[in-house]
Amino acid sequence: MSELDQLYQQIILDHAKVRRGDGLVETAPGTCTGESMQHNPVCGDQIRLRVHMDGATIKDVSWEGDGCSISMASASVLTELAVGIEREEFLGILEEFRELMRSRGTKQGDEEILGDAAAFAGVSKFPARVKCAMLSWVAAEAALLAANS
Amino acid sequence: MSSASTKHQDASIEPLDDTEVLRLRADFPILERSINNSPLVYLDSGATSQKPTCVYEAEQHYYETFNAAVHRGAHSLSVEATDVFEQARTTVAGFIGAAENELVWTSNATEALNLITYSFANASAGMGGEVARRFALGPGDEIVVTELEHHANLIPWQELAFRTGATLKYIPVDEHGALRMDVAGEIIGAATRVLAFTHVSNVLGTITEVPKLVELARSVGALTVLDGCQSVPHLPVNVKALDVDFMAFSGHKMLGPTGIGGLYGRAELLDAMPPFLTGGSMITSVTMEKAEFLPSPMRFEAGTQRIAQTHGLATAVSYLQEVGMGRVAAWEEQLGARMISGLEQIPGVKILGPGRDSVRIGTAPFAVEGVHPHDVGQFLDARGIAVRVGHHCAQPLHRALGVNSSTRASTYIYNTTSDIDSLLNAVNDVRGYFGVGK
Repeated sequence: MSELDQLYQQIILDHAKVRRGDGLVETAPGTCTGESMQHNPVCGDQIRLRVHMDGATIKDVSWEGDGCSISMASASVLTELAVGIEREEFLGILEEFRELMRSRGTKQGDEEILGDAAAFAGVSKFPARVKCAMLSWVAAEAALLAANS
Repeated sequence: MSSASTKHQDASIEPLDDTEVLRLRADFPILERSINNSPLVYLDSGATSQKPTCVYEAEQHYYETFNAAVHRGAHSLSVEATDVFEQARTTVAGFIGAAENELVWTSNATEALNLITYSFANASAGMGGEVARRFALGPGDEIVVTELEHHANLIPWQELAFRTGATLKYIPVDEHGALRMDVAGEIIGAATRVLAFTHVSNVLGTITEVPKLVELARSVGALTVLDGCQSVPHLPVNVKALDVDFMAFSGHKMLGPTGIGGLYGRAELLDAMPPFLTGGSMITSVTMEKAEFLPSPMRFEAGTQRIAQTHGLATAVSYLQEVGMGRVAAWEEQLGARMISGLEQIPGVKILGPGRDSVRIGTAPFAVEGVHPHDVGQFLDARGIAVRVGHHCAQPLHRALGVNSSTRASTYIYNTTSDIDSLLNAVNDVRGYFGVGK
C-alpha cells in the first residue's frame, strides 16, 4: 500500500463522507454542556465541538466544521467513540490517539482501544497532517474541561 | 501554445521557450530532486522561489572573500564589504527603477510594510519634528487598503489605525475576486491619507489597475504604498513609471536568498520619515539624551545588516536581467494560460477569480469540487507536485470568494510546459481517488 493509501484509508474516506456528529445540537437550558472552537491557522481548518454531559458520562457530541477529509473524518470517528462513555475513559483514548499521532509512523494503532481511530496511524507519517487529525480531539478535550468547570 | 497571448506584455517580446528553460534549469539543482518517487514539479514559486547556484555561490564567495562589518572601520576588508553591500543596492534599485538612496534593505516585504506603518505611528506620536507632520495620522484620517491584500499589507495598517485613531477602509472585491474599481472613487476621498494595495494578488495572480488607483490617491493627496511581492519577481516593474510613493518586495520570491527584502520610497519622503528601528549605524551624533539620524537609506538600517544576502539578491537580479523580465513575464503568461484553460476543462474543477479576460501572472487558484484543498495538495505531493494549499495569508479574500481555503499553482522562470501538463494530469485524477463525482 502506498503511503498515500495508508493516509487515506477507506475507513477515513468513508467517515469524511458520512460524518457522525456533524451539525451542532442545541441543548435545553440547564443541561451540562461544554464547547470549544479550534482553528488550524496553517490551512484554515476549523471546528466548533460541543459535548453534552450526563454526570460523568458523555451523553452526546456534536460539531460543525470545515476542513480536509482527515480533520472531518477524525471528528466523525471521535463522535462515534466518545458518545456513551465516561469522561475519564475518553481522555484515556485521547492520550492513546495523541501518542499514535506523535509516533511518526513507528506505532500501530491499538484497535482494541482506538476502534476506527486506529486507521489514522498512517497520518503520523505526515507531520503536516497530524494537526488535521488532532483538531477535533483538542476541541473535545477543551469542551470537556469547559463542561467540568 | 505556439503564440503568446500577450495581454499585459509587449507583443514584440519573444517569450522564453521550453528549450531555453531546460537550459536554465541546469542552474537549479533542486529541480533534479525526486519527491515521493516522482520528479519534482515545483509550482509553489508564489510562496518562495528556488535559487540558482550563482545566488548561493555569491553568498559563499562573500563570506570567503569580503566578510567584514560595513560602514564602520577603515580596514580594507570593511571597505570591500561596504562596496559589495552598496553595489548590491545599486543593482537592485536599478532593477526597480529607483535611485540608490531610495532603496532600504529590510528582512522581507513584511518588515518593509511594518517599517512604513511604525514610522507613521512615530510621526503620529509627534516624533520626527515638523517635517514628519505630513505622516501623522489621527481621528478623522482614513487609511484605504483592498480586500485582495495579503495579511502583510493589511494587519500593519489595522494596527496603525488602532494606534492612531485613524479609520481603516477598504475597496471590496466582487464575488469573483475582481477589485470593485466602480466604487474605488467613493472609498478614496478627502480624508484618505494613505492608499495601500497589492500590485498582483498573491491568491488569484490578477494584476491590479495601478495607474487608476494611483490617480485616485493623487487626486486627494494620499500617499500610495504598493505591495510588489508578486509583481517584482514576475513582471518588469519600474516604480517611477508606476508613480507610487512606496513599494515593498521580497528577495526570496525572486530567486534571491531568504532574509532580504526591500522598501522603495521616494527620497524626499524617506528623508522626512522618523526611523522605525533605532540603534547603531543609523545616526550622525548621539548624546546620553538624544540622537540625530542619518538620511535614507541608512536611517532605516539600524544594526549590522544582511550583507551576504544583499549580494545574493543582487546576483539573482542580474540573473533575471540577463534573461530579461519582459521575456520572463511573457513566458509565465503562456504557462498561466495553459494552466487555466487546462484546469477549466477538467470536470469538477473550478478556477477561482475573475474570468479569463482578467490579466494574470502564471498563477492558477482552483477548487476541486468535493475535495478539500489540503487533500488535493496531498494527492499532488504524492506525485511530486508542489502547490500551495490553505488561505495563503489572505483570509478576507477567501471569505469574499465564499471559501475557507484554495489550491494555488504558481509558476516561475524554470517551469516548463511539461510541468503544467503533469499538474493537469494529476488534477484530473484527484476526484477519482477520493471517490467523488463517480
